[in-house]
Amino acid sequence: MRFLFKTHYNQDIDHLKHGGDRFWYGLLLVLAAAAPAALGTFYLGELNLVMIYAIAGVGLMLLVGYTGQVSLGHAAFLAIGAYTHSLLLGAGLPFLLSIVAAVLVSALVGAGVGWIALRMTGIYLAIATLAFAMLTEQTISRAEWLTGGFRGLAVPRASLFGMPLTQGWQHYYLTLTLLVVTLFAALNILRSSTGRAMVAIRDSEISAESVGINLAVYKTFAFALSAGITGLAGALFAHRLGYLSPDAFTFLISLQLLLMVVVGGVGSMRGVIYGALFIGFLPQLLAIARDTLPPRIAQAPGLEPGIFGLILVLVILFEPQGIFGRWLKIKSYFQLFPLYRRATHRRQKTYLRTERLR
Amino acid sequence: MSYLAVTDLSISFGGIRAVDDVSFEVEEGEVFAIIGPNGAGKTTLFNLVSGIYSPDAGSVRFAGRDITSLPAHRIAPLGLARTFQNIELFEHATVLQNLLIGRHVHRRSTAPSHLLFLPAVRREELEHRRRVEDVIDLLELAHYREQRIANLPYGVRKVVEVGRALCLEPKLLLLDEPTSGLNPEESEDMGFWIEDINRDLGVTVVMVAHDMGLVSRVAGRVLALNEGRVIAEGSPADVQKNPAVVDAYLGAD
Ligand SMILES: Nc1ncnc2c1ncn2[C@@H]1O[C@H](COP(=O)(O)OP(=O)(O)O)[C@@H](O)[C@H]1O
Ligand SMILES: [Mg+2]
Repeated sequence: MRFLFKTHYNQDIDHLKHGGDRFWYGLLLVLAAAAPAALGTFYLGELNLVMIYAIAGVGLMLLVGYTGQVSLGHAAFLAIGAYTHSLLLGAGLPFLLSIVAAVLVSALVGAGVGWIALRMTGIYLAIATLAFAMLTEQTISRAEWLTGGFRGLAVPRASLFGMPLTQGWQHYYLTLTLLVVTLFAALNILRSSTGRAMVAIRDSEISAESVGINLAVYKTFAFALSAGITGLAGALFAHRLGYLSPDAFTFLISLQLLLMVVVGGVGSMRGVIYGALFIGFLPQLLAIARDTLPPRIAQAPGLEPGIFGLILVLVILFEPQGIFGRWLKIKSYFQLFPLYRRATHRRQKTYLRTERLR
Repeated sequence: MSYLAVTDLSISFGGIRAVDDVSFEVEEGEVFAIIGPNGAGKTTLFNLVSGIYSPDAGSVRFAGRDITSLPAHRIAPLGLARTFQNIELFEHATVLQNLLIGRHVHRRSTAPSHLLFLPAVRREELEHRRRVEDVIDLLELAHYREQRIANLPYGVRKVVEVGRALCLEPKLLLLDEPTSGLNPEESEDMGFWIEDINRDLGVTVVMVAHDMGLVSRVAGRVLALNEGRVIAEGSPADVQKNPAVVDAYLGAD
């Protein structure tokens, strides 16, 4: 076992708490930076996609995992980010400004949705966000004068400070940088009073109110922040797609994003990365599985959403803490060896709360 | 003008008058107890005062301000903190995080500066932490600092909830059955802490309690409720002997 001797409160505030952390995260960053040298175009592209998912995942995790507000409509924010960015880029706005604008527009729409959905929780919120996503999809397909509808919208080429981004590795480094920035911003929020207010709302709204947290303000803020970050992912996603049409942002994408957060481990930013790797490489796994399944099943419509839904339910039932939780258990098994007992991580019974107000 | 003045307060839930024309006043620096059988309306009264419910009629004044129609999150910054009968902690957060959340009303920086975690934010965090550590020392919670609430025994949770309320640095503290479910030793400690909080920190305390031993020890005055109405008010000894109070408790059992 490791004992940490703390000598200053700063150690609890810092992102990297000790030398081991610094070493491992440093190594990870070096590996990530070296990846283009080692990987072929295809896998680099896939890794780029995984990191785009991860950015969206950070956004959704802040909302679902830390504020306790579920969303089945995050594909809409991905779409809003992608379209805003492509349209503004097409109108001649510089690349970085256009990305910032995409984030702001997504955040603004997110704030609106959050504001409208203030009184909703749980399943009602899930349905409301789903409805919002369908509405967005419809709007995009109807507003042909702006979006091209189902004919599609060509995404202008990205360029940074006058230098066109044509290579896979250029996009890879752009995404990597923005992922690191996003993670830092999210972790900064979480270690300050804003993040704590979000956690408070997740765990007990009545207590949150009683310590002075304005539920309306913080829920709306969480929605805006989450939508803004997802919009950023959307802008990057646009370049990956090259051609935007409403059917790139369906319910399946929303489900995938939620799956990422739940499979990775609700309430953990590291879980987002695990979850992103999982959903990033899931299609490949499914493709392999398709080959081995009998054609009647393999070609059945709705196989993918069916499998996503199934995994979602299984994880919630059997490993509610996701991959991150499983990892913690494996780690403590080795740290405590041979003292680990099955009950170490058993969830304690939650005391009855007969007077809960909601 | 009293520190806390509740005047003709009423609220009904589907025909039941849970709080019915209740008036009382609490002076600054007092420990004031509210007793009454289950269902008397004590918790509902706390919910009205702390802004969780808004009353059908009547008014609440606190520190010279009318707070009747203020929502809970606007009342807390005025210096009013509370605990809950059935413990409402942030289950999946640690004790430390719970207490830091209690510092919310004292935040100075805003969300954009949090995104960047500017040096001013770090300074503020260190300041919050020092205040929280004072509360941890006072309530002897150091041993549990890093533990998640979900893993804590009931007795400790009760103490953490009082701690979280203290982190607001309140002027008035509402405690809803602070000793219910505690063993005699834990109850005894809680009694001492309530005295300390009142005497050393100068916090005015209003508490709901069933334990008459505790009430006689720490409270100066007692209000007895039954079926939403005030049935007696006075010193612990007098209220305990009051025939209406005796009847209410006997009738309820
Ligand atoms: N939110 C509510 N909805 C309906 N009835 C309620 C609500 N809150 C309290 N009551 C009712 O008000 C009465 C007083 O309850 P309460 O204040 O919890 O009593 P006490 O705390 O004195 O035991 C009870 O009859 C209870 O059922
Ligand atoms: Mg009660």
